[in-house]
Amino acid sequence: MHTQAQPVGGPLFTRSYLLLLGLAGIGIVLILWRFAVGLGAATALSDGYPLGLWIALDVVTGTALACGGYAVALVVYIFNKGHYHPLVRPAVLTSALGYTIAGASVAVDLGRPWNMWKIPTYFWNWNLNSSLLEVALCIMAYVFVLWIELSPAFLEKFAADGPARLQRLSKKILPFLNKSLIWIIALGMLLPTMHQSSLGSLMMLAGPKLHPLWLTGWLPLLFLLSCLAMGYAIVVFETVFSSTTFKRNPDMPMLVNLQKIAAWTGVVFVAVRLADLAVSGNLRYAGQLDFYGSMFWLENVLWILPMIMMLTTSKPTLGSLFRGAMVAALAGAFYRFDTYLVAFNPGPGWHYFPSVSEMFISFGLIAIELAAYIAIVKWFPILGGPAQPVAPVGNVSQPGGALAS
Amino acid sequence: MGTDRRGFFKGIAAAVTLTAVPTAALARQKQGVPSDAVGMLYDTTKCIGCKACVAACKVVNKMPPDTSGFGRGLYDSPDSLNQYTKNVIQLYKEGDEQSFVKKQCMHCVDPACVGACMLGALQKGKFGVVSYDVSKCVGCRYCETVCPFNVPKFEWAKAAPKIVKCELCKDRLAEGKEPACTEVCPRKAVIFGTYADMLDEAHRRLKNDTAKHYVPKVYGEHELGGTQVLYLSDIEFEKLGFRFKQEESVPHLQQTVTHGVYKGFVGPVALYALLGAVMFRNRGKSDEKES
Repeated sequence: MHTQAQPVGGPLFTRSYLLLLGLAGIGIVLILWRFAVGLGAATALSDGYPLGLWIALDVVTGTALACGGYAVALVVYIFNKGHYHPLVRPAVLTSALGYTIAGASVAVDLGRPWNMWKIPTYFWNWNLNSSLLEVALCIMAYVFVLWIELSPAFLEKFAADGPARLQRLSKKILPFLNKSLIWIIALGMLLPTMHQSSLGSLMMLAGPKLHPLWLTGWLPLLFLLSCLAMGYAIVVFETVFSSTTFKRNPDMPMLVNLQKIAAWTGVVFVAVRLADLAVSGNLRYAGQLDFYGSMFWLENVLWILPMIMMLTTSKPTLGSLFRGAMVAALAGAFYRFDTYLVAFNPGPGWHYFPSVSEMFISFGLIAIELAAYIAIVKWFPILGGPAQPVAPVGNVSQPGGALAS
Repeated sequence: MGTDRRGFFKGIAAAVTLTAVPTAALARQKQGVPSDAVGMLYDTTKCIGCKACVAACKVVNKMPPDTSGFGRGLYDSPDSLNQYTKNVIQLYKEGDEQSFVKKQCMHCVDPACVGACMLGALQKGKFGVVSYDVSKCVGCRYCETVCPFNVPKFEWAKAAPKIVKCELCKDRLAEGKEPACTEVCPRKAVIFGTYADMLDEAHRRLKNDTAKHYVPKVYGEHELGGTQVLYLSDIEFEKLGFRFKQEESVPHLQQTVTHGVYKGFVGPVALYALLGAVMFRNRGKSDEKES
């Protein structure tokens, strides 16, 4: 498999990069503090809301935003659109980083993380009814798979200009890796199909504590659809971002198609959701425009909006694609966040709003992810397309909300 | 885009089929009460709120006092189940209506916590008791998330926290004794026996209740798939904090769906084979543009 990907190069420690490192540093200090004092002092979590920001944001929403690798792999390898191949590496990099950070958040969130190694090894104790077990095992495996999928990028670099010994080793591994990568990539599509749908099954077990507009036997499918829409959206988002930040030349027709898939998936999502609620009779709760009803409709509007934006834009620009992708990613983020926190009601007397340290630990982990992304694309051949003058970009010069990747 | 869209809808259709077909085909059996099940019966009309059961529970489970309530450091005064308290007496008071209510693990027939627990740290074992083994616990708190009675509690104040919940004094049961709370109750407001005997006793009391002061049902006989702790009350159960009336157990929906999809692990293996086969066929035939 040949690539034209090249390192971006250039200085790493710009002012905004130092800001990222600062946030990362604060996060790491707070994580150490959290382990010293326990979860009670460091978080706003309670027996009513035992899962909070770290799970709902970093894991449940974060891994869906890290589904770019999964989404692009489906297009390239299953629907056989080889010319999308330049998008694979940046997408897989974002996925690898996103899932690694999600794993780190879980380790911070667990009460007894030193028992984590027992999850994959104590197989005779596995509770096969537990969707969480499935999610845990799949995510652990998927982190490995993603880094293996990405490893040719590192090996190519080492083979080209690494130290002599590393150079020889890389040249030996690369052909073998390229030959067997197909089975790894297939695994890289199976695992997210499994654990992203299981993230939905997981909240089915909240049963009556979950609002009936969210509780349905179709949660696995809705979670799968949402991660796909978010995956395609994030690839568009990220490609526009790196094309403006690192002066790459984006392939517009390709981006337009990916955004179309994201928009269509949003429409299908809402159709499945409304049809299911109509059949079960729970749609009546959507008629009550209380807090839950309003959140429900807000999600649905966000899901439909990318399609409306697309239909009302005669000639898509990088700016319009960027906005459309942001809305699609936001729709999925809202849906997932709501399913885990907003629509979850443990009963009277319980409240949750994340503590400042919870938030800064989340920000810190996201900062680590972004910092690693920037360093890796500058040093290793990830991004395709030689640096060329970029066409006018609408009104997006420095995309702001890029923290969501 | 034409082929893209067709492919896309094919993908959606495949995903829907993958989830839907097995779901419809395999409804999960309702879980029955274990044959060796023990039970507790608590009757709010007999309870005087002396909290002897709370004190006895703390002693046998070696639980520290909770002095954060009105005790201000002087008395053990838990107001709900918490990291220091596996059994509690609460007061419901609204106008002229007043009742005490005892809370502890309900020992569900089909417990959500057991379905949730990754390595089986929570298990339904001998006598149908839902017990906890810290060596298999990673502290994920998924059990707390799913319990419809909000029973499992987490030691938030500790750096090496455990889950805290009533295990029906399983060590005492093994010695042939009854749970501490039933043993000390001076009014026999909470009693212990086989599940069948407890259910019979509850129905006997309802039948003899000619004055009709009981709410005419045994809470826990059917609710949430049934619980081994049963309640009688003269005040509606919802007011006492029992939020849910549904008869379907919590794990029923989730396990019906996931058992369908993951039956024999055939689905995932087939999908892997399919993905691999499609990729293998696609090799060298891609529409990659030379640019």
